[in-house]
Amino acid sequence: MASGNGTFQRTISALVQDKPGVLARISGLFRRRGFNIASLAVGRSEQPGMSRMTFVVEGPDEVVRHVAAQLDRLIDVVEVNDITEQNIVWRELALIKVAAPTAIRGEVLELTNVYRANVIDIGVESLTLEISGGRQKIDSLIELLKKFGLLEVIRTGRVATLRGTLVEGEADGLYQANASNPTYVLPITTGESGSV
Amino acid sequence: MSKHLGGSQIVCEALLKEGVDVVFGIPGGAILPLYGVLSQYPDLRHILSRHEQGAAHSADGYARSTGKVGVAFATSGPGATNLVTGLATAMMDSVPMVAITGQVGRAAIGTDAFQETDITGATLPVTKHNYLVMRADDLGATIHEAFHIARTGRPGPVLIDIPKDVFTEMGEYNPDAPIDLPGYKVTGKADESQVEAAAKLINEAERPVILAGHGVVLSRSWGELKEFAEKTQIPVVTTLLGISSFPEDHVLSTGFPGMHGMAYASLAVDQADLIINFGSRFDDRIVGDAKRFSTGSKKIHVDIDPAEINKSIQVEAPVVGNIKDVFAQLIPKVKQATHVEWLRHIEHLKAEHPSLRIPETERLMGQHVVKALSDVTKGDAIITTGVGQHQMWAAQHYQFKNANSWLSSGGAGTMGYEVPSAIGAQVGNPDKLVWSICGDGGFQMTLMELATAVENNLPVKYAILNNNHLGMITQWQGFFYDGDYQAETYTANPDFVKLAEAYGMKGIRVTSQDELESAIAEANAHNGPVIVDFVIEKVDDLYPMIPAGQSVQELIEDPN
Repeated sequence: MASGNGTFQRTISALVQDKPGVLARISGLFRRRGFNIASLAVGRSEQPGMSRMTFVVEGPDEVVRHVAAQLDRLIDVVEVNDITEQNIVWRELALIKVAAPTAIRGEVLELTNVYRANVIDIGVESLTLEISGGRQKIDSLIELLKKFGLLEVIRTGRVATLRGTLVEGEADGLYQANASNPTYVLPITTGESGSV
Repeated sequence: MSKHLGGSQIVCEALLKEGVDVVFGIPGGAILPLYGVLSQYPDLRHILSRHEQGAAHSADGYARSTGKVGVAFATSGPGATNLVTGLATAMMDSVPMVAITGQVGRAAIGTDAFQETDITGATLPVTKHNYLVMRADDLGATIHEAFHIARTGRPGPVLIDIPKDVFTEMGEYNPDAPIDLPGYKVTGKADESQVEAAAKLINEAERPVILAGHGVVLSRSWGELKEFAEKTQIPVVTTLLGISSFPEDHVLSTGFPGMHGMAYASLAVDQADLIINFGSRFDDRIVGDAKRFSTGSKKIHVDIDPAEINKSIQVEAPVVGNIKDVFAQLIPKVKQATHVEWLRHIEHLKAEHPSLRIPETERLMGQHVVKALSDVTKGDAIITTGVGQHQMWAAQHYQFKNANSWLSSGGAGTMGYEVPSAIGAQVGNPDKLVWSICGDGGFQMTLMELATAVENNLPVKYAILNNNHLGMITQWQGFFYDGDYQAETYTANPDFVKLAEAYGMKGIRVTSQDELESAIAEANAHNGPVIVDFVIEKVDDLYPMIPAGQSVQELIEDPN
């Protein structure tokens, strides 16, 4: 996915062993190979002893295309998939504390409803909203809330998964590491892979 | 059957189970508990190095020359950090090694204790994997994992850091516990469709060239390489580290290409319509300007490491697999061929671009020394080198007769590799002749290891190509910095013959061509380590040369 300035973003999903130092190995590899991490989400997975990480990396196309192959060399990385060109659903989450004195609270709540965000805390002069979705949706709400006064914005990295129903011909990623032998296939150009 | 043992004993028993018979190392406070049990394990021979870098390079030389995993011991802090150059050297050239370091006691970790260094943090980029073992119960399994990782797949160095009180803790050791590494995949045979695609390109090619890299040596596939090349009648260009993977007196042998390779090899690669790369990573010293590298050819890249595919050169046919397995898959699929026209053209290139001129002069030059070494030893020695002009003269002019007899720091380019690596090679090959071809610069980076050779009566022969210069630096400053020579002259070299004598070695000085053969024969006949100080011409440029980042169009041949 092009993101301007000749740089490209790729979304990588990795299953890693839940051990001390794994994140340092991965971030060290990214640093020395010149990959910039745009976002990173880590959490325990459904498998005991394993964590799942979702990275969004950016850099020149020929560089970031190599991320998954390099990651797969790490011993603690069990499975890597470059899912950029696959049929995926992905989400980010943001907590937004916005100034909301009584006079404008109604307007803020209206936006909250339109964006299907939730109010998770109410203060005397502020509201804290929770919103999940695609990046553009969250960006757009934040933009609209600016005029009220943003007190704090906390965003997670992207988490992504393959859709349960695969459309034939769309299943091949750039790098498939969990096959018996990792192979390269030509990238398939698809449209915007995020989903709001 | 599980055994209840002290941590140090678990380490030794696990090493023995891995087939380790020799370890290179130096003790220090944090690793003393391990040294404290060595006397209980007389089958683990310990060779006392004089510097941890030497221990690491010796383990590396042992590993390259035997195909076994080399092992080094060092203590915490500076002992461990001194290993780093050796680990980086092994990492760049995919050499199987296991380094065991002592660490401060568990309670002191993270407190900036005496001789504490975060060595697992420091060695992350220069090891294939590393471990900090916090329980004696985990020691056995960790050591077996480490050896498995070091020797399988694309080999590499693994470091195991062990706190002092883990060595002394009692723990359970089950030598038969299975290895559990869900994230580690060892590549074996290649996908059939990839092999088919490669075979099709090979069978259709008119001007194919084999590029044989270190992978051929590491997978010990030199027999298969010869069979493949002879069946298809395809000329074989090796990389610098692929040297000795193919007999150099073979009619299909076409030298090595790149920055200081033979011009005819670089031209053959440039003019080919197909490059079949077996286990080379298309290093920048071969490729130069990637955009202008052999633009008329299709490329097949056979590599055990999928991350190497399309890393620097885009290829039409990737084949991910162990080279030995891939040869077995590929050889039945390729047709016998003759390539008469192309081979005739290669012969023409060799005649037009001889590349290996021995200077016609009365003076003693580096090329004369290597040529004489090659002649007197009949190409039968194991050769180790440092990095610089002497290394390239050795690569160019020594006629290797035996497979896997060339040990050189190719990727890392580590000066100082020559002295300790020869010790490791001699320990691993007690009945073979080992010559270390050294520059006077690199030799002085690790010469303290001479004591190790003497102490263990290892009959390594050191040939110092002594020109009182960092010769390659002199050449580059002459070529690329307008002759502004800085810090490239050594005005205070020791008397290397007296140095040899001071260490209890034999020392010989050679100042003219007439003395070459007799001095080399005398060194060969001496039953112990020898330094031969070859006093060569002060400045001599090395040719051919393709300047860094350029291509074969900028190739500079010997102007003389």
